[in-house]
Amino acid sequence: MSETTSVTKETQAPHDEAALLPPVDVIEDATGITLYADLPGVPKDKLNLQVEADTLTIEAEVSLAMPQGMEATHAEVSVPRFRRVFTLSKELDPGKVTAELNHGVLRLRIPKAEHAQPRRIDVTVA
Amino acid sequence: MVRSLFSRDLFAELDRLQREIQQAFEFSPSIRGFGRGGFPALNVGGTPQTVELYAFAPGLDPASLEVDLDRGVLTIAGERKAKLPAENEKAAVHINERFAGRFRRVVTLPDDIDPSGVSADYRDGVLHVSIKRREAAQPRRISIQ
Repeated sequence: MSETTSVTKETQAPHDEAALLPPVDVIEDATGITLYADLPGVPKDKLNLQVEADTLTIEAEVSLAMPQGMEATHAEVSVPRFRRVFTLSKELDPGKVTAELNHGVLRLRIPKAEHAQPRRIDVTVA
Repeated sequence: MVRSLFSRDLFAELDRLQREIQQAFEFSPSIRGFGRGGFPALNVGGTPQTVELYAFAPGLDPASLEVDLDRGVLTIAGERKAKLPAENEKAAVHINERFAGRFRRVVTLPDDIDPSGVSADYRDGVLHVSIKRREAAQPRRISIQ
């Protein structure tokens, strides 16, 4: 068992590889959490989202159409990779995460589990 | 709109802090460009025929982007609207790092560019401006008679 895990871990992207930390906005409302992440230059097929136990991992690779033989003269984005890891809390339902990527902005919606949703209790007069 | 005062996972926060410091000193690759210009981050490169400029500006309406070329100075301007909830909504903002508001960046281009040969496209949140260099300025081999 431990052997298999070590093998799968090796085949994954090495975690010490340099990656940018994408800026995010995290907003929580009564029914769940919405996360926005800036991932410019990332096409849909280069975005890798993983929820494992209570860990959410966002990994993405930048893919730019560059002409052949281009030499960079000035670079503020020098690493073509994004990675950020979040710890989810218990009341969130990792099975119902929805994600959309639009113009380089990832929008993740993580709803709260049924039992954690706020509900109003009606008081009946006896 | 309520901002959380304390982050709940201290170790994750420390890890993040460490990585941010590491990034700032080792490769200085911050997308937010600390002290290096701000939003959007710019990459500039060139080939013998063109000058290529990439502006990392995700989440914009391409129609609202203003790209101007005036006497060898390229200006990129626009506005990014905040997606945060309104003041009266019952929502808490835990992290707010993304840029919002008006932005403007100005780049001086090399002397040999051709102002009529500019093309720009916006894909996956990256604005790519390609400017041709003048024919006369391109390197050529002189044949010996």
